[in-house]
Amino acid sequence: MRAIAIIFRREMAAYFATPVAYVFIVMFLVLSGAFTFYLGSFYERGQADLQPFFTFHPWLYLFLVPAISMRLWAEERKSGSIELLMTLPVTMLEAVLGKFLAAWCFCGIALALTFPIWLTVNYLGEPDNGVILAAYLGSLLMAGAFLAIGACISATTRNQVVAFILTVVVCFGFLLSGFPLVLDLFQGWAPQSLTDAIASLSFMTHFTTLMKGIVDLRAVVYFTLVIIFWLIANAVVLDLKKAS
Amino acid sequence: MIETERLTKRYGNLLAVDQLSFTVGQGEVLGFLGPNGAGKSTTMKMLAGFLSPTSGTARICGFDVEKDPVQAKRQIGYLPEGAPAYGEMTPRKFLEFIADIRDLRGQEKRRRLDQVIDTLHLEPVMEQPVDNLSKGYKRRVGLAQAIIHDPRVLILDEPTDGLDPNQKHEVRSLIRDMAADKIIIISTHILEEVHAVCHRAIIIARGRILADDTPEALEARSERHNAVTLRFAEAAPDDAVTALRALDGVASVGSGDDHSVTILPAGGGSLLPAVGRLALERGWQVAELQVEQGQLDTVFRQITTADAGEEART
Repeated sequence: MRAIAIIFRREMAAYFATPVAYVFIVMFLVLSGAFTFYLGSFYERGQADLQPFFTFHPWLYLFLVPAISMRLWAEERKSGSIELLMTLPVTMLEAVLGKFLAAWCFCGIALALTFPIWLTVNYLGEPDNGVILAAYLGSLLMAGAFLAIGACISATTRNQVVAFILTVVVCFGFLLSGFPLVLDLFQGWAPQSLTDAIASLSFMTHFTTLMKGIVDLRAVVYFTLVIIFWLIANAVVLDLKKAS
Repeated sequence: MIETERLTKRYGNLLAVDQLSFTVGQGEVLGFLGPNGAGKSTTMKMLAGFLSPTSGTARICGFDVEKDPVQAKRQIGYLPEGAPAYGEMTPRKFLEFIADIRDLRGQEKRRRLDQVIDTLHLEPVMEQPVDNLSKGYKRRVGLAQAIIHDPRVLILDEPTDGLDPNQKHEVRSLIRDMAADKIIIISTHILEEVHAVCHRAIIIARGRILADDTPEALEARSERHNAVTLRFAEAAPDDAVTALRALDGVASVGSGDDHSVTILPAGGGSLLPAVGRLALERGWQVAELQVEQGQLDTVFRQITTADAGEEART
């Protein structure tokens, strides 16, 4: 536990010691604002809710979260500091969790800084704040799932660009696994049950339920399981690298 | 105590470390010598717990590096090759991070921090990011990180690489000072370093131990061990070589430039008394008379290239 906290603190400090944190936060805020007002027609809809804001989160995360996760392990491998980290008296799981939680918390900070839009919508009308809270929760969980995937992929390579591109592709697959783009690849040859299973893995479907304000336990459990699965995979990848 | 048993590491088809077995006890400073790619770093990475052995075991103070990794790592201070650190951190933040994770707290933490900063003269750079430091300072930050928790075992991969002669000297005295109550393994290319700090040297090539002995005993393997070099004040007398060759226990006599002859002993015996007597009897004008220790680097070449030749024939 203590080791996780120490690694968490170090990672967190590292984000803010470099321009990474500021660039990420500014880009996230600018893009989410631009999407909400221009593509989401925030004003024109004439409704006091944050639907147009949250609708674009999956697409924002698709490119911004891999930019955070790509450095998690690839950078350590490149600079050699992974050798230092792995020879300190911490378990693999503590290292994986410390790093992941710091990255997740960092995304959480960026997300929390979008609060002016929540103030705006409350100023303009009387939105259902329960729905907004559920949507924020869904957004945070989805960011965690993207990050866990990215962390695992980052552990496989020392090249951050490779980590970024692979993560975008895998996340894109997960995002759209309920849509024809992905399902058509399986329909026709795979059994219906497999196609259904793949369709049920879609981030988009689960996020949409939460965004609509339904705190569906299945969606929460789903994202939690995705995070746990990919973090375990992350530890396994590190173990395999150690033995290779 | 560090014990390894048939420690082996294979990368695909490449056998990097081949059934290495050795034991190092407290108070010993062991030097790993070997050509590049001999398996020195790989062995150290396995001891430190960064790589898993393909087969075989390694135990650090009784803790198996694979079965009880965290306990084993607690005993070790490790300086990886190239002294990596987190570049964006200042040495102060970095060392505090290591101290925290090594479970140093309060007074003890402050005392140990002050001590390593002082020992390695890090004070002037404590607030600059590690990325901006010179190679010498980076290496010293790496060393500070390795010794901050006063570990029982120190594994240092090329600890003096990139240091200037003064810093090298200091790091060597540091290692010597810490040696008494620790187990220290260092790897190096620099053979004089083995002399300066090691009680024992293991020469490795292609993952196997070729020699395991004290530096002095290794030198004794040189054909030049106990060779006597005699330099005449003027041109060597005509009969000198013949007369020397006739002495007991002389293997061969070679003339060098600047009026000197070198007498190689047969079987490493001492020739100095006999040569001295002869010079006196004949009334030679001797400018210099010197006994050679035999050089570690010749022995190193002898051992590592002989092995390569063998390999090529089989």
